[in-house]
Amino acid sequence: MQWRNSARRYGLVSILLHWGVALAVFGLFGLGLWMVGLDYYSNWYRRAPELHKGIGILLLLAMLLRLLWRLASPPPPALASYSPATRRGAALVHALLYLGLFALMLSGYLISTADGRAIEVFGWFAVPATLSGVDGQEDLAGVVHRWLAWGMVGLAALHALAALKHHFIDRDATLSRMLGREHD
Amino acid sequence: MLKKSLLALSLGSLLFGAQAMAADYKIDKEGQHAFVNFKISHLGYSWLYGTFKDFDGSFSFDAAKPEASKVQVELKTASVDSNHAERDKHLRSADFLNVAKHPTATFASTGVKSTGAGTADITGNLTLNGVTKPVVIAAKFVGEGDDPWGGYRAGFEGSTKLKLKDFDIQKDLGPASQEVELIISVEGVRQ
Repeated sequence: MQWRNSARRYGLVSILLHWGVALAVFGLFGLGLWMVGLDYYSNWYRRAPELHKGIGILLLLAMLLRLLWRLASPPPPALASYSPATRRGAALVHALLYLGLFALMLSGYLISTADGRAIEVFGWFAVPATLSGVDGQEDLAGVVHRWLAWGMVGLAALHALAALKHHFIDRDATLSRMLGREHD
Repeated sequence: MLKKSLLALSLGSLLFGAQAMAADYKIDKEGQHAFVNFKISHLGYSWLYGTFKDFDGSFSFDAAKPEASKVQVELKTASVDSNHAERDKHLRSADFLNVAKHPTATFASTGVKSTGAGTADITGNLTLNGVTKPVVIAAKFVGEGDDPWGGYRAGFEGSTKLKLKDFDIQKDLGPASQEVELIISVEGVRQ
C-alpha cells in the first residue's frame, strides 16, 4: 500500500493516523473516567494518570502530524455520490473533531501545568508549563476538559454512525476507503 | 454631692467598663498576618501541609478576661492550596471538600475556657463540607501591643484535630490519614 494519499485512495500514513487517533481518543476517555474513581491504595492510582497524560501528549503530537500531513498529502476528495448537505455536514463534523480535540488536549495540559509543573511523558521527555498560576486554572480547565471529552466522544460516535450508514445503507466507499480500499 | 459622685462613678464605670470590656479585633487579611493551615499524614511516612488562602474573621479579646473572648472565622474552601494543582483540584472535588456545593466553612466560638497562662480551649461550631460539629481549638496567646504604624495588634495560634469522616469527607487516604490537624495562626488589628 502507498504511504501518500491520492485522488482515489487514502495512503497508509493517513489511515494509521486516523485509526490510531480513534483508538487513543476512546482509550483516553475510558482511562480518564476510570482513573478519577480509583482507590488511593490502588496500584493504578499514580500509574493511570501518568499513562493518561503521556498518551495525551503523544496524541497531541499525532494530531499535529496529521494536520501537517493533510497539507503535505491532501486526502482524497469527497465521494461524487455525496449530496451538498452531506458534504457540508461531514466537513463541519471533521472541523469540529479537529478543533475539539485540540481544545480538549489543551485543557488537559492546563490542568496538570497549572502550578508550573511540567508533564512527563514516560520519562522520555517533559512538556514544560507555559500558562500557569491563573486563579482557579486547574478547576476551570478541569470543567472544560470533562465536558469537551463527553462532547468529542459523542461527536466521534456520530462520525462513526455516519460512516456505518454510508457503508451499510448507502453502500458507498466512505468506510472502506478509510480501511485502504481504492475507489472510483 | 452624692448625685455627682454617683454620676461620676457610673460615667467612670461606663468608660472604664468599656475599656475593660473585650476589645474587638479584625483579622489582618489586608497584610495577611493570618493563616489557616492543615497537616495530614501521607501514608504514615511524612506530613503534608496545605493552606486556605481566602478567609476572614474577627475576635474579641481582653487579656484580663480571656473567658469572655469570642472568635468567628469564615473561609472559602475553594482557596485550598497544597502546592500541587492536580491535588488541589482533587481536594476541591466531591471526594474531599465538595467546594461547588459547600463553598464556605465557618467557625464560631461558643465558649472559651482558660487552661493556663496564655492558653485556652476555644469551643465552637465548625461547619465544613456542610456538616456542623462542635470542636475544641487549643489556643495559645502569642502577644499583643502597639504596632509601628499606629495600630494595636494581638495574635494567637491554635490547633484542633478533625476526623475526615466526621465531616463527611468521602475519600479514604488510609489508616494513618484519618485525621487532619487544622492550625490557625492569626493576628488581629484592634478596631
